[in-house]
Amino acid sequence: MSATGIGASVKRKEDKRFLTGQGNYTHDIDRPNQTYAYILRSPMAHATIKSVGVDAAKGAPGVVAVFTGADMAEIGGIPCGWGVNNKDGSPMNEPKHPVLAEGKVRHVGDPIAVVIAETYEQAKDAAEMIELDLEELPAVIDMEKAISGSGALVHDDAPDNLCYDWELGDEAEVDAEFKNAAHVVSIDVTNNRLIPNAMEPRAAIGEFDKATGEYTLYTTSQNPHVIRLLMGAFVLSLPEHKLRVVAPDVGGGFGSKIYHYAEEAIVTWAAPRVGRPIKWVAERSEAFMSDAHGRDHITHADLALDAEGKFLGLKVYTKANMGAYLSTFSTCVPTYLHATLLAGVYTTPKIYSEVKAIFTNTVPVDAYRGAGRPEATYLLERLVSKAAWELGIDQVEIRRKNFIPKDAFPYQTPVALQYDSGDYEASLDAALKLADYDGFPARKEEAAKRGKLRGIGFSTYVEACGIAPSAVVGSLGARAGLFESANVRVHPTGSVSIFTGSHSHGQGHETTFAQLVSETLGIPIDNVDIVHGDTNKVAFGMGTYGSRSLAVGGEAIMKALGKVTDKAKKIAAHILEASEADIEFKDGKFTVAGTDKEMAFGEIALAAYVPHNFPHDQLEPGLEEQAFYDPMNFTYPGGCHICEVEIDPDTGVVEVVGMTAVDDVGRVINPMIVEGQIHGGLAQGIGQALLETCVYDEDGQLVTGSYMDYCMPRADNLPDFKAATTETLCAHNSLGVKGCGEVGAIGSPPSVINAVLDALRDRGVTDISMPATPQKVWQALRAAEMPAAAE
Amino acid sequence: MHNFEYHKPSSVDEAVKALGAGEDPTLVAGGMTLIPTMKQRLAAPSDLVDLSGVAELVGVSDEGDHVKIGAMTTHAAVAASSDVPPSLAALAGNIGDAQVRNRGTIGGSVANNDPTACYPSACLALGATIVTTQREIPADDFFTGMFETALEEGEIITAVKFPKPEAGNYQKFENPASRYALVGVFVAKTKEGVRVAVTGAGQDGVFRANDIEQALSSNFSPDAVDSSSIPVDSLNGDIHASAEYRQHLIGVMARRAVAAING
Repeated sequence: MSATGIGASVKRKEDKRFLTGQGNYTHDIDRPNQTYAYILRSPMAHATIKSVGVDAAKGAPGVVAVFTGADMAEIGGIPCGWGVNNKDGSPMNEPKHPVLAEGKVRHVGDPIAVVIAETYEQAKDAAEMIELDLEELPAVIDMEKAISGSGALVHDDAPDNLCYDWELGDEAEVDAEFKNAAHVVSIDVTNNRLIPNAMEPRAAIGEFDKATGEYTLYTTSQNPHVIRLLMGAFVLSLPEHKLRVVAPDVGGGFGSKIYHYAEEAIVTWAAPRVGRPIKWVAERSEAFMSDAHGRDHITHADLALDAEGKFLGLKVYTKANMGAYLSTFSTCVPTYLHATLLAGVYTTPKIYSEVKAIFTNTVPVDAYRGAGRPEATYLLERLVSKAAWELGIDQVEIRRKNFIPKDAFPYQTPVALQYDSGDYEASLDAALKLADYDGFPARKEEAAKRGKLRGIGFSTYVEACGIAPSAVVGSLGARAGLFESANVRVHPTGSVSIFTGSHSHGQGHETTFAQLVSETLGIPIDNVDIVHGDTNKVAFGMGTYGSRSLAVGGEAIMKALGKVTDKAKKIAAHILEASEADIEFKDGKFTVAGTDKEMAFGEIALAAYVPHNFPHDQLEPGLEEQAFYDPMNFTYPGGCHICEVEIDPDTGVVEVVGMTAVDDVGRVINPMIVEGQIHGGLAQGIGQALLETCVYDEDGQLVTGSYMDYCMPRADNLPDFKAATTETLCAHNSLGVKGCGEVGAIGSPPSVINAVLDALRDRGVTDISMPATPQKVWQALRAAEMPAAAE
Repeated sequence: MHNFEYHKPSSVDEAVKALGAGEDPTLVAGGMTLIPTMKQRLAAPSDLVDLSGVAELVGVSDEGDHVKIGAMTTHAAVAASSDVPPSLAALAGNIGDAQVRNRGTIGGSVANNDPTACYPSACLALGATIVTTQREIPADDFFTGMFETALEEGEIITAVKFPKPEAGNYQKFENPASRYALVGVFVAKTKEGVRVAVTGAGQDGVFRANDIEQALSSNFSPDAVDSSSIPVDSLNGDIHASAEYRQHLIGVMARRAVAAING
């Protein structure tokens, strides 16, 4: 292994600029003669817009322009990227999502008007002069009430507030399994709504060049080409060759920066109308009410087991909150990223799932780190642990008994996916050892002496990422391909620029991808630069989400590198006067087998661009190759997370005292970066399990609208993580990689809640919802004590 | 933030004068509450009188039976002072984060009387006296309601005087999100007996827990503490803690404070 090749913990190349304040984020970019936009947002969850009086605002100091929904009525709505059909095959209900509200506002934070001024403060001052006449309507907040048929409608053309009623599997067939069951275990779980809170708030700068007719949008996006396509083709009707989208350094996304947002369209549309560039930067409180939220499922599930504890069948009924409008990938999250994972790591032969997607007067909900897979993992792992407790089977044994064995791959699940590789016993065994499971009883006893309730919880999970095979997702309703692009540009002196359609917003692509190049071409890592995030530089690519960058984007790079080395071999064969078959390429040198004749990679590069001695009859000059890679299948990382908690019964405080994660992410390119990704995911998983939740009151006001009430995990909420990897290679990509970005957030939440319940079981507590706050734990303990007190 | 006139007096007299100017003037001490409120446009004073240039308001002095803390003394300075009773220094050292402790001041905190702030409980439990430009106000008379105090218009806190207690301890149960006191209980053994003050929980802000004081006066042990007599309808309930939970936590925190004092 070279010091900068595959498997090396190379320090992140990008960190030098980030740590020295030299990053170039959207807000760092200032365009000549720039103006500033402030978005006036709805203070009400649901209201009819009677009038928006903008005359005073237009005359306010520094104001350049004010636009409302009426001004933008001719443009298209914000599109949804995935169509899901109802049980009867009819298409989902897809109401228009206007850029600026038209006629009605549908959530607190819904954009109503934009004020553009010389300074941001002037824009904000002027916005206070806008006379807003809103007639409040009853708000639709609770999902059960929303579909009850008796309440208000978020969209007049969406009866019962239903977006779709979808199913996977044959309910009657699964019911038959239940008839043979020795036991049926049922559970009701809520997957709490989360607010993403990337460190960098969203921002956008729109610019129009009158001379060329070209638009430029700088934006905080995980996928600039997707934004160009959605905004250009569907919203603003701008030809793609006249629209450049730049996503420079981006400070975290976690999914929330995948989607096309209204503000991007507003600044791009308005730029030629005011004749000047326009910058918009979200305030933190704006982010709370305008970034797409995550999760928000209510699920009932039933598991049928035989007398020995083998799973026979699973039925899952989910209500998924879409919010007020359909965000870009909102519709596929509870369906194709959720129901398809319900087999988990188990051999459950029959599975049925129903998903009702529901409109409410809340911020749109979309994919958030894990997207659908955390929800599936949470309900399944809660259910498995509940079954173990109810049946008196050991936590570990019930899992082992039902694991898909390692010799069963490729394994076809009953819910459409075919897992290509995995070894769930191996990660479980490694985790048990790392967590010192055998020592748990002694630790529990010791904790009891200190008055603490100690519990241990498990989650053995698999997820589907490396998103995605285009033909498969296309057949399921995706309105985009999910390949990735790569271009390898070898410069005449042998240094290399890689142009990738993936986008790094914290993942360390500039290092990991450079390691692939250093390894493959045998050149120093400092001779490699990764270019991303600019549609004028990079070939059409799909961006970064769904743990796809390495498994799809990295594969595209490998494919392009393969084309480069193939051509270089031909050039070497010509110059070294040997047959191509005799050329060997190793450690950056092309050698004629069995001789000392060799050329360095840099010499070949020079020969390609100074082609004096060159096989012109066979090859074109130059050394630059383009590749697109479309995966054959999803990738399937999996593993075991074990959480240990101590609970203070006096206060209900849960302390995570141990968090062990053994994940199989396939081949590891940079172990340090993988560990960092897992740590971040675990922090978010623990955040969801114990701390974070988005709360709306019944009028649709966002109660958790700031960090005063929305609890993000902090360092002192987290233990030292024990993270390790096991390895089964992905069977369908050349690197054998699976993806690591989401595993921490997918696997960990049920391990935390199972640990909490394990700790509370002796006191008679059988259920608790996320986040397991001190108050909830205290209430659960008190409720469990009540019957005894009553006796 | 709206525009305002900025004043930076260098003496208390100048500050009083500056406070007389403008339509809607306000004092800024550390600005830990006021500045974010102004940035959110929830406050829009016409004039801002910044006390950070008034040197006479800064410092801790040992005055024999009590310690006097200048109004503009930061939490960090109080936490680091060896003249301050250890229980008070510990309280100051656990307010907010390091940035807040190096900007926020005792005078600002006391004047704001945030129902979840820590300092008001120390003032009540230790029997402090609030010294202003016009008079001296016993803590028992100073905190009059949520974000309300006995301060008159134009009156500026110059110092807080804390009698030295025999013993004291503050236990804070933090709001998991904001880390303000969800419930904070300060228990003190003073010359006038046991005093117990509760912050974070009361609908009218900080208050003394009389029943707990009486119980501890006859038996200063954790077992004597019972918070169940504090009326639930006098306590706050929100998404983080119901009134019942707060009532319960008052007992837990008080017991812990007593146990800490008893060692």
